[in-house]
Amino acid sequence: MNLAETQQTTARQIPDRLTTPLVRTLKSWESLLLLVAIGIFILNSFASPYFLNAWNLSDATFNFTEKAMIALAMALLIIAGEIDLSVASIIALASTAMGLVMQAGFGTPAIVATGLVTGLLCGAFNGVLVTRLGLPSIVVTIGTMSLFRGISYIVLGDGAFRGYPSEFAWFGQGYVFWVITVELTIFAILAVIYGIVLHKTNFGRAVYAIGNNATAANFSGIRVERVKFILFLLTGLMSGLAAVCLTSRLGSTRPSIASGMELEVVTMVVLGGVSILGGSGSIPGVVIAAFVMGLVTFGLGLLNVPGIVMSIVIGALLIGVIALPRIYQNLRRK
Amino acid sequence: MTQLKSREAILVGAILLLLALVASRFPGFVTPSNLLAVFTDTAPLIILALGQMVVILTRSIDLSVAANLALTGMVCALINVSFPGVPVPVLVALALGLGALMGAINGFLVWKLTIPPIVVTLGTMTIFRGIIFLLTDGSWVNSHQMSAAFKAFPRETIFGLPILGWIAVIVTLILGLVMSRTTLGRAFFAVGGNPHAAVYTGINVGRTQFLSFVISGMLAGLTGYLWVARYAVAFVDIAGGFELDVVAACVIGGVSIAGGIATVGGAVLGALFLGIIKNALPVIDVSPFWQLAISGAAIIIAVTFNSRAGRSKGRVILKSAEHAQ
Repeated sequence: MNLAETQQTTARQIPDRLTTPLVRTLKSWESLLLLVAIGIFILNSFASPYFLNAWNLSDATFNFTEKAMIALAMALLIIAGEIDLSVASIIALASTAMGLVMQAGFGTPAIVATGLVTGLLCGAFNGVLVTRLGLPSIVVTIGTMSLFRGISYIVLGDGAFRGYPSEFAWFGQGYVFWVITVELTIFAILAVIYGIVLHKTNFGRAVYAIGNNATAANFSGIRVERVKFILFLLTGLMSGLAAVCLTSRLGSTRPSIASGMELEVVTMVVLGGVSILGGSGSIPGVVIAAFVMGLVTFGLGLLNVPGIVMSIVIGALLIGVIALPRIYQNLRRK
Repeated sequence: MTQLKSREAILVGAILLLLALVASRFPGFVTPSNLLAVFTDTAPLIILALGQMVVILTRSIDLSVAANLALTGMVCALINVSFPGVPVPVLVALALGLGALMGAINGFLVWKLTIPPIVVTLGTMTIFRGIIFLLTDGSWVNSHQMSAAFKAFPRETIFGLPILGWIAVIVTLILGLVMSRTTLGRAFFAVGGNPHAAVYTGINVGRTQFLSFVISGMLAGLTGYLWVARYAVAFVDIAGGFELDVVAACVIGGVSIAGGIATVGGAVLGALFLGIIKNALPVIDVSPFWQLAISGAAIIIAVTFNSRAGRSKGRVILKSAEHAQ
């Protein structure tokens, strides 16, 4: 190390951050994703004349806001080194519980409360199994994934709940003003809250610390198990909220509701730059990834591409965005 | 005594108890012919669980097996429709090869690009299913389009057991030999038990994981043909969500999701446990809608049980050394 470098590195400077903040931001995952999002936006507006229309774009948000709400909590959970594959099944169970309450003659507030509480309880169940019994979360939530949806099937069989009150439709079909939907507003508010919690609070620091090294976090005085339990609660709550929105949007409950959604949520989180191994990731990344996935599916939908082909694109996107930087690194090393 | 306490013995006990419970309601369930039918019905799950066991053993997971099965099955069905003359052994070889190729894609991404297996197989799972749609435009291949020989192969019985069942037996035996008698089998255990130590013993960890994905893919491909021929129908969504049943069978069979611990017998018994539940429910007049919740509960109970059994304290080898510190 020469003299100039030694002088540059004063006591306050952290040596591994020698680039300026601007360069760092430009090189970050989030800006890459933002470029992808803008690129898809431009491509879409050329590809279809119907794309650049405020109402169409507003409709486009419906196909990702529910998943994105869950993705916010899932991001924290994955950063802390755990995962919850039961989220879609929590939606099914919460929606079924809401249907039962609706059939018993209760009004909208009770229905919404039931959805949220069911989500919380499911999250607590996962959380207890993982933190109290020390079981691996991937197995526990594969189990509860079958269990929660299974209970839904036991209650409903091949039937369905219909006839939700008309004011209940506000959550999934309402607008706050002009083209801004209720769902998008809820998601935006949640995104800000989650962003602040993860990036500006002690709790957020604890989440990163646990994901990087749970033992070290424990020794530095973080209540690892309690933080993880809270994260499972949050993921359950968000799934309950998504159940309220989705049930309200569809106007009915079937046990197969939201099936396969857990994979899309995880894809969204990983696409957003959260390491599946835990320890790193950001809320802005997840939010941009939500928009990328929403724009891709909506753009392809306008071009009459069937849903399953879109899923190829999403799958390729998931592998591609993770593989490309690694291929680039491998080539540079040679 | 340790023999009695082993996971397999407990599972055998649980299965016998299950059979006794079902028999008390419906004695016809435990007749040999029906048990053989249940075994044959569970054969696809057994074959896939064995492949998955090897993957999980090396600290990976393969969520793309059901999609691999569906794609290979569809390709076999399409070939049969276009060229009915292609003999079944060629189709079986093709199914094995195509499945292995898809497994190799997973394995390559895990090995050379070090992408976490769960991410890779989540991605390839949707891609494989999507390719079926691209091949067929969503249309079905129905029974009347398939040749008689194509459909008959898995159902032909030898000594009372259909070929489908025999294939499960053969796969079990082969994997049993590979896991216990070959260096590759040892390598799978070593990589899962402690990857760092495995490197020092000269094992290429990435390559071993790659091979585990190839095995899993190959078995999924084989099952793909058998599945389509047995049910005599192929469409985009066959075996949808089956990958979770496969993982569940492994977990129930005592395969540690953290890697390094697994037995061939455990995986087979885990699959049989789920298969018996699935076949017993309609017989004892329980709505099939209960099946999902029951298998979910079984997974949770099994994993709780596994972690209790696995939480043995480390042995103190040298008492004096410990005091000296």
